[in-house]
Amino acid sequence: MPKHELVLLKNMMHPGYTGSLTDYEQAGGYQALRNTLGKIGPPDVTAMVRQSGLRGRGGAGFPTGVKWGFLPKDYQGPRYLCCNADESEPGTFKDRQLMERDPHQVLEGIVLACYAIGAETAYIYIRGEMVLGSRILEQAIGEARAAGYIGKNILGTGINADVWVHRGAGAYICGEETALLESLEGKRGLPRIKPPFPATHGLYNKPTVVNNVETLANLPHIINRGPEWFAAIGSPPKSTGTRVFCVSGHVKRPGNYEVPMGVTVRELVYEHAGGMRSDKPIKAFIPGGASAPFLTPAHLDVKLDFEHVAAAGSMLGSGGVTVMEEGTSMVWAALRLMEFFYHESCGKCTPCREGSSWLVQTLRRILAKRGRMEDLETLSDLCKNIAGRTVCAFGDAEVAPIQSTLNHWRQEYVDLINEAETANLIRPEPVGLRR
Amino acid sequence: MLKDKYGKEIEEILSRYPIKRSALIPLLYVAQRDQGYVSESAMQEIAHLLRLTPPQVYETITFYTMFNLKPVGKFHIQVCKSLMCALVGSDTVIEWIRAKLGIAPGESTVDGLFSLSLVECLAACGTGPMMQINDDYYEQLTEDKLDRILADLRSTGTSRLKSGPFMWPEPVAVKGES
Repeated sequence: MPKHELVLLKNMMHPGYTGSLTDYEQAGGYQALRNTLGKIGPPDVTAMVRQSGLRGRGGAGFPTGVKWGFLPKDYQGPRYLCCNADESEPGTFKDRQLMERDPHQVLEGIVLACYAIGAETAYIYIRGEMVLGSRILEQAIGEARAAGYIGKNILGTGINADVWVHRGAGAYICGEETALLESLEGKRGLPRIKPPFPATHGLYNKPTVVNNVETLANLPHIINRGPEWFAAIGSPPKSTGTRVFCVSGHVKRPGNYEVPMGVTVRELVYEHAGGMRSDKPIKAFIPGGASAPFLTPAHLDVKLDFEHVAAAGSMLGSGGVTVMEEGTSMVWAALRLMEFFYHESCGKCTPCREGSSWLVQTLRRILAKRGRMEDLETLSDLCKNIAGRTVCAFGDAEVAPIQSTLNHWRQEYVDLINEAETANLIRPEPVGLRR
Repeated sequence: MLKDKYGKEIEEILSRYPIKRSALIPLLYVAQRDQGYVSESAMQEIAHLLRLTPPQVYETITFYTMFNLKPVGKFHIQVCKSLMCALVGSDTVIEWIRAKLGIAPGESTVDGLFSLSLVECLAACGTGPMMQINDDYYEQLTEDKLDRILADLRSTGTSRLKSGPFMWPEPVAVKGES
């Protein structure tokens, strides 16, 4: 049994819980909606969320209530809510579980958010590969609509909120909020330059909020149990609530573990995930999905909350914790992640589009033992010229594996290059340079 | 014509969005479901339906990896090769499938039954190595499980080894599964 109280995963832990509307209602579901719509004013809902300290669970960790507060108050036209269910960050698989095992919890959060921001239409942008998840959500929407929780005149309050599932089609970048909006508008998922922000110029150029699945799933609980309850969990004041951490890699029991923010990786790995698969020591871990820099065993006791992970030189990101055992080649690990970023670069910004290609080629060369010592400088230079020079944060994300492995395991690069240089002592001169 | 065959579904899709172009990806899915890939004529019809130019449809479709612009095998095997799956053995899975089917990634078997692709992260990192075949996920793969899946697909067109809703609390042990 988990020693912490489960919030988001609680229902699905009960044997026989199917995630149907009946099951959800029996577990106390939709009570928050009943107690809020028409009874608590939308600004008060926003104030409660702000007071709870809830921060976005998608990666950036922006305070949810503050984000909602950016919407123009006097705007009369339509507003939109987009539920970001484009879970594609390597190492992350929590939203999939929340949607597939307890879809009504997510839907209740969506309707509550719609009410708070005054939106009458919400789109769940789910990644295209999750066909099962989209079917489950569509079925749940049908149930909720029939029961009067979604649609026109919800529970007789005169409030409307329609929810639609929109499947993406295989592009990691569409998890970036402005790329998501472009994709939802039927275009290539290229990120937009900010500002203007979606709060004023979002979907169809209308005020829009984009929130992650896990963020929205927290809302019914914040309403039911009060913002003070939520704000007391985890690492107050800046990292409140629980977090569903996805543990993958060389552990005995990979999976999703919901714990209060602020637990350590050591606790997550050894107490929840059963320890290391082969009982070898940990060599490296990523604390927040592929975009987060690697950390070392020296960071095993760093608290998993926004501030402490950032202070250790990485980021909490999407909560995807990937653990690697002793013996894993960090150059190889960096290459595997770089291949992902190279494949998924949308191509809009030259530094990212071209740079990712060069990074992959250089890493492949080093791993093939054809590297040269100057490659290390090339890698560093490339990273410096990509990070911070792109429209979205993808550029910063793609250099993270290389910069952090160069930082912590530089010797592995050097050893591979030394082997290459020994093997190529008699290196033929390039023909083209002979005069 | 898609309109003749799926008129009601297309109308329903269009009704979800205030702007027609938003229906582009959903309609491309309708076309792909119909033929297994999105043909040029389907793209032209969708362009007409959404009042777009064919290049606007083409520029969008080429951005996304899930649309096939040419026919693929009846069973499109997509193995995740990202780091998290690689840490737990996706390279072995890829080699096993290559050996069993005699095809390299990007190729299809001569009988048109199987195509093999390598893809990046499919959000199943805790249950890797994994692959997607058409709409279904297959997780915690082993050589034995792969053999059974391929045999199932050949004989019945489906396999009960496909994943259901995300496994919880304990990932199901694959070894010794009946």
